[in-house]
Amino acid sequence: MAAITGDVFAAPVLPKWIAPVLLLAFAYGVVPLFGSSYLFEAILLPFLALSLAGVGLNILTGYAGQVSLGSAAFMAAGAFAAYNFNLRIESLPLVGSIVLAGFVAAAIGIVFGLPSLRLKGFYLAVSTLAAQFFVQWALTKFSWFSNNSASGVIDAPRLSIGGFALDGAVGRYLFALTVVSILTFLAYRLVSSQTGRNFIAIRDNETAARIIGIPVLKTKLLAFAISSFIIGVAGVIWAFAYLRTVEPDGFDLDRSFQILFIIIIGGLASIRGAFFGAALIVVFPLGLSRLGGFLLGDVFDSGVLDMSQRIVLGALIILFLILEPDGLVALWDRVRRRLLFAWQST
Amino acid sequence: MTFLSTIKAAALSAAMIVSVALPAAHADEQYFPLQSYRVGPYAAGGTGFFGGFIDYLNLINIRDGGVNGVKLTWDECETQYEVERGVECYERQKSHAGAAAWNPLSVGIAYAMIDRITADKVPLITVNHGRTDSTDGRVFPYVFPLLLNPYSETSGIVNYIASKEGGIDKLKGKKIVVLYHGSPYGKETIPIYELLAQKYGFTVQQIEVPHPGNEQQSQWLTIRRAKPDFVVLRGWGVMNPVALKTAVKVGYPVDHIVGNVWSNSEEDVIPAGDAAKGYTAITTQASGNSYPVVQEIVKTVYDAGKGNLEDKSRIGSVYHNLGIVNGILNVEAIRVAQEKFGHRTLTGDEVRWGFEHLKLDPAKVEALGAKDLFHSINVSWDNHEGEGYVTFQQWDGKKWNVVSDWIAPDWALLRPIIEKSAEAYAKEKGIKLRTADDANAVTTN
Repeated sequence: MAAITGDVFAAPVLPKWIAPVLLLAFAYGVVPLFGSSYLFEAILLPFLALSLAGVGLNILTGYAGQVSLGSAAFMAAGAFAAYNFNLRIESLPLVGSIVLAGFVAAAIGIVFGLPSLRLKGFYLAVSTLAAQFFVQWALTKFSWFSNNSASGVIDAPRLSIGGFALDGAVGRYLFALTVVSILTFLAYRLVSSQTGRNFIAIRDNETAARIIGIPVLKTKLLAFAISSFIIGVAGVIWAFAYLRTVEPDGFDLDRSFQILFIIIIGGLASIRGAFFGAALIVVFPLGLSRLGGFLLGDVFDSGVLDMSQRIVLGALIILFLILEPDGLVALWDRVRRRLLFAWQST
Repeated sequence: MTFLSTIKAAALSAAMIVSVALPAAHADEQYFPLQSYRVGPYAAGGTGFFGGFIDYLNLINIRDGGVNGVKLTWDECETQYEVERGVECYERQKSHAGAAAWNPLSVGIAYAMIDRITADKVPLITVNHGRTDSTDGRVFPYVFPLLLNPYSETSGIVNYIASKEGGIDKLKGKKIVVLYHGSPYGKETIPIYELLAQKYGFTVQQIEVPHPGNEQQSQWLTIRRAKPDFVVLRGWGVMNPVALKTAVKVGYPVDHIVGNVWSNSEEDVIPAGDAAKGYTAITTQASGNSYPVVQEIVKTVYDAGKGNLEDKSRIGSVYHNLGIVNGILNVEAIRVAQEKFGHRTLTGDEVRWGFEHLKLDPAKVEALGAKDLFHSINVSWDNHEGEGYVTFQQWDGKKWNVVSDWIAPDWALLRPIIEKSAEAYAKEKGIKLRTADDANAVTTN
């Protein structure tokens, strides 16, 4: 065994930064050249927005161990805040509105994070449901939030940064990609910092963390704030870059569950996991539905097809989780280790 | 992380393969992308509406061999009434050549599509619903809230109540309660009820029922205390039968409740049982299967085993007939445009021109076999609603019976409000107001 271990360590393991850099180069350099509008509008934009929301929730749930069912509410808060900042403060650049919107979401996150000081686990999940219902109710009830628009549905403003219009599908994709890359990088730095280790300590054993001197209350609220900030910005991308319209109904409890499933399936306490999970949740059903429509579209109506896709998707998710309870990330790492090992033994 | 790039590459190639594999439209086909919903909470409306729409397209194909020889084609993409699914369907279906018009039957999806269809120059039809100010064709060249927008509906309901009271001047001093669904859709008409109340001198009290509306005890106790002359039910889904049952429970007379256009279907009253007897609701298309066009669909389409509804007892129901009327409007718009541009596959912009010249007077409606099914329509380049008439139907426990003449909403009163709202939108989005000349400039390829 020792020899094998030695071999693995002796392998020319690439530096850690190389894969993300290559991936980003591909995403910036190659995809915009060849992508169709369908790829951007229907696959990559929702994928990016939900991945970012997954990164945000993973900080709170995966790293700090606080279960939240209010993610969609924080997305809604971010989207509506960015809309209002953009509308009401004319001199504010778009980036300014987005950052401020993140802070608004963070503030709401802190308020609804307060129960976490006394509640744990399922009880906390239920109390974050309050955020879900309250935010949606407030956005519907007070029409000021939607600029007194008769139906409460608002149009996202045009995207432009420093005079560059980003209205086309590629422009919005690059915008979303940039925001997601920056925030993901910051999140990655955060979880490997002292603060990140504090999160993990609280998750693993709160009493022990308190004893070694970690300020539990402050750290928990910080986790809520950072997580909500990121999810709020994800909401802005969802509304401004992807759908280009915002209505409170779009941020319902289903969306919160969707984000929670993304991190569970992708892998808790893993930044990459959010991207894996979002890929499965966003891309896979689309592939399945296109395949189903292509093969059986003439035989069954769209309702029957949709129902059977759900059954297939559900069964596959169960299968994934049985094979690898730690999520797609662990599955991926295992496959990679095996491949690396096989490569070396030849 | 190369796995991710593999996924992206796979998705990319899959998307390209699919777009190549899609059959190119024949020179003599016109395609309808149908963003339908057959599962989810609003499946009852979706199956009825899209069933009627498809049945009518089938009728045209089987009976007439298409529109002047141009065959109608369509495919369905399931949205479940969810906005992001609707957007995905839009992106998926728009690559198909020869798209005539989009008919998502969802306010949320329609809103998300306005920018996209305007850039792609294909009309977006929101029959009986949609964004009120898209009636103004100067600002929304490609959006058509055909027959009835929410403001006209409100005006029609108030005019009906006035006729029951014996004239518009008799409204003075009366009291109306509006019970509305706590959603963007439900709230859309709040300002217009206030305005009409001021104008005609009745008092209005608007009470919200939080979504989804399966508990309304306190709202109806408030109504009982208020003792209004009429209650307008502006509901959606489960809220409607619950409202009727609760009204009976608190002793409010059901025949003084008037339903709006999304509270007028069989699916709204049958679950309420006896409580719904005597309930009246507005509609633009009468229910029932006695109309010649519905009979022809039964004969030509269903008897040939090509009908879309699984449950044949729903033929001629409110949603099914709305789908048929929507089919008539779409097909006739194509016919109008074909007379101008030739009997061939039209571009979206040509179909838009067709909708803007869609004029069906009662005689023409009768020739189409739809006399009394709907009244008439008169769309122009700046009026995208087309002055639809409304009628009222009463539920007798088994079926809807028409109980009023065709009533005209007060368009002259509403038009300035619509224009003001549309102009504000144009300013916000930097849109230049279109003129009649712009409307006649058509992209033909």
